[in-house]
Amino acid sequence: MSVQVRIPTVLRPQVGGQAVLVAEGATVGEVLGFIEASHPGFGAVVLEANGTLKRFLNVFLNDEDVRYRQGLDTPVPEDSTLVILPAVAGGSFPATMQTA
Amino acid sequence: MVAHALFCLPEEACGLLAADEQGRLRMAYCLSNAERSPSSYALDPQEHFHALRHAEACGWHLAGVFHSHPFGPVHPSPNDVARALEPDWLYVVASLADRDAPVVRGYWIRDGKVQEEPLVVAVRDGGEVPG
Repeated sequence: MSVQVRIPTVLRPQVGGQAVLVAEGATVGEVLGFIEASHPGFGAVVLEANGTLKRFLNVFLNDEDVRYRQGLDTPVPEDSTLVILPAVAGGSFPATMQTA
Repeated sequence: MVAHALFCLPEEACGLLAADEQGRLRMAYCLSNAERSPSSYALDPQEHFHALRHAEACGWHLAGVFHSHPFGPVHPSPNDVARALEPDWLYVVASLADRDAPVVRGYWIRDGKVQEEPLVVAVRDGGEVPG
């Protein structure tokens, strides 16, 4: 299945600076594996050693978070769009809460 | 942004900023803090995605993120700097340390370095926002 993959800024160095890739795969995991095959090192950035998606990344397949479907086993229909979004986080930690 | 930050007290508030092709900020998306914490934030991923879709449908792009420091200074914290992954985004911080005089500042955070960007509030005609 052909799928368009949108790559966030933080991951573009791993794919030659490209913002959008066309990849193949029957599942989300296979699509990520396809990218790893042409851009070695990509997989290590997006997947944990146990093969699960890294916690700081969210992957949306056709507007749905794959974590709420079948994760990396989520089937990819033809002409899908996969959007990889890094978690956006931060904050004032360590807390400086006042007690007044 | 300040209203959202005050509404979310004592937790940190957060959201995204969208800009048009000229780089003018056009929308502040007030999103949920998935961490529900007074000292940290993480954008709700689903809302983040919806904001991206909305911005692009309007011909804009995501151009920044804002969050509040309910009790701390306006300068980005070490945590903010360490977790800033988008070099082209403006990072806006609203300090509510003085509830009567919130302070809002914008910063570029690149390679661990923080540079302030002066913010200018511009009033424009026609506040209509595409649905």
